[in-house]
Amino acid sequence: MSLKKSILDLRKRREKVQKGGGEKAIEKQVAMGKMTARERIQALCDKDSFTEYDLFVEHEARDFGMDKKELHGDGVIIGTGTIYGSPVCVFAQDFTVAGGSLGLMHARKITKIMDHAIKMRVPLIGINDSGGARIQEGVNSLAGYGEIFYRNTIASGVIPQISVILGPCAGGAVYSPALTDFVFVVENITKMFITGPSVIKTVLGEDISMEDLGGARVHAETTGNAHFYAKSEKECFDQIKKLITFIPWNNEQKARAFPPKPPKFKGKIENLIPSDPRQPYDIRDIIRAVVDDSDFFEVQELWAANMVIGFGRLNGETVGFVANQPLVLAGVLDVDSSDKAARFIRFCDAFNIPIVTFEDMPGYLPGVDQEHAGVIRHGAKVLYAYSEATVPKITVILRKAYGGGYIAMNSRHLGADFMMAWPTAEIAVMGPEGAANIIFKKEIESSDNPEEMRKKKVEEYKEKFANPYVAAAKGYIDAVIEPSETRKFLLHAIEVSENKKVSQPEKKHGIPPF
Amino acid sequence: MAKKFDDLVDFPILSMKYKTRLTKKFKNRKKYEEPNPNNILSYIPGTIVDIFVRKGKKVKKGDPLLILEAMKMRNQIVMPFDGKIVAIHVKKGDKIPKNFLMIEVENTGK
Repeated sequence: MSLKKSILDLRKRREKVQKGGGEKAIEKQVAMGKMTARERIQALCDKDSFTEYDLFVEHEARDFGMDKKELHGDGVIIGTGTIYGSPVCVFAQDFTVAGGSLGLMHARKITKIMDHAIKMRVPLIGINDSGGARIQEGVNSLAGYGEIFYRNTIASGVIPQISVILGPCAGGAVYSPALTDFVFVVENITKMFITGPSVIKTVLGEDISMEDLGGARVHAETTGNAHFYAKSEKECFDQIKKLITFIPWNNEQKARAFPPKPPKFKGKIENLIPSDPRQPYDIRDIIRAVVDDSDFFEVQELWAANMVIGFGRLNGETVGFVANQPLVLAGVLDVDSSDKAARFIRFCDAFNIPIVTFEDMPGYLPGVDQEHAGVIRHGAKVLYAYSEATVPKITVILRKAYGGGYIAMNSRHLGADFMMAWPTAEIAVMGPEGAANIIFKKEIESSDNPEEMRKKKVEEYKEKFANPYVAAAKGYIDAVIEPSETRKFLLHAIEVSENKKVSQPEKKHGIPPF
Repeated sequence: MAKKFDDLVDFPILSMKYKTRLTKKFKNRKKYEEPNPNNILSYIPGTIVDIFVRKGKKVKKGDPLLILEAMKMRNQIVMPFDGKIVAIHVKKGDKIPKNFLMIEVENTGK
């Protein structure tokens, strides 16, 4: 073959394989309201940046007539590209090829790009759209899943891992996304479950639709499996790109710094807070009032909304926010919100992102359901995650910091580097009413007018203890600051902690209360 | 001025009442009920494949009451104490959800 001919031959081969499952299958994919795997990669990566590997891989299955089947790329596209100039490794399952089913070579391609990502120390983005294991390949596909899970675990805390669920992701396949750091879901497209509606119907007789069982909304709001929820694939890719700007390439680097920008918020921060401590406000307004460009990128917005987590920048540097949300369930700590905060703290710690905690919470949610759901062991995760974290840890107490919750929310006692409190802070073992009722029980009960006496004693307690000064007097709080000074103090804290170092006893790993 | 919010309810934590919103999960949470030892509930959803007792029958602790098939396993449900069958709420072939009241019994042991 002449050189020209062989180049033409290559082009022809490429063209054929790049069609995936062929026009009919692509039409079907589009009819389901989905983009093709190739379109998705184009939408995600910078223009012309994607380089594909293993385009010509073929499967080796011989049973059940598989030897006569040609599966282009074996149903998955892998390669590297850039997002706003940052390199990423990507795989995208191609539903048009045998339903994106996972066979041995399909899995080999995925593990290859995972190994590459781990070696190159760049983020991994996996786009899932697969009917599941390729039954004809039997135990080989199970082996494939296992090898993917193993790498997800090895890569955990080394490179950021992102899963995008753009189609079905069922059975064992769900555990790869579950092991990764961020899961993206899209309305009407994402379907994620261990056992589908038909199995549930036959085995248990329970009727439920695919969407109600494992649709995007369910995972974003009820299960907490998803971190980002989008109405369209386009919106989803924009979210991923934005996330990539906030996180580093790997655990040895810091997130890219951006030019510092003042917040867009120009009002007075104290005006965002109601004067009555029992009235709520949206903690996200406070975060937006202090971060660069008022740009707060919230994670898991819909699930356990009594805790707010997300990324923002201070003087151009990425920080992670963990904040109680008085607007939802009064900002209490409970099973789900503890889980949510703890995992986020560990992500930030693994990837050198300082943690800023805004505290305003009345304590743990009382109730039989909470106790029986294990609020003790779930709540312990927050203590563990904060104590273990060695990144700069900054806390601002806005209003209530009572009891166990005060300790849990990155208190000085768990190793906070900077503890600040607004003058409205109430740092106490419990709320004034409860405390007064216990401490002054005798006086109240023996009084001629117990109600009057109770009120008087509550006021007395408030006056003496419901403030930041008792804690400040012990040095548990470093500074009592005016709300308007918050950003200034945060910027200073980030600056001072640039070279923070802590040494801890050597160990293989801790045993967090998972 | 601080923003005003809709859908706020009173939310008591210890002795304080806060104004806040509720989550779907919180609204849908199950109220705790003290378990009644005289109610035999299904611990798993499944199908009743056999019933061995009739209303009014006296049964000893450990005697089989019925077979609840679930996940391809035939689970024998036995009498928790010496007693009497008060009512049977299922029949052969019934598909039942979890925590379904299958049989009411009475303790005649003491």
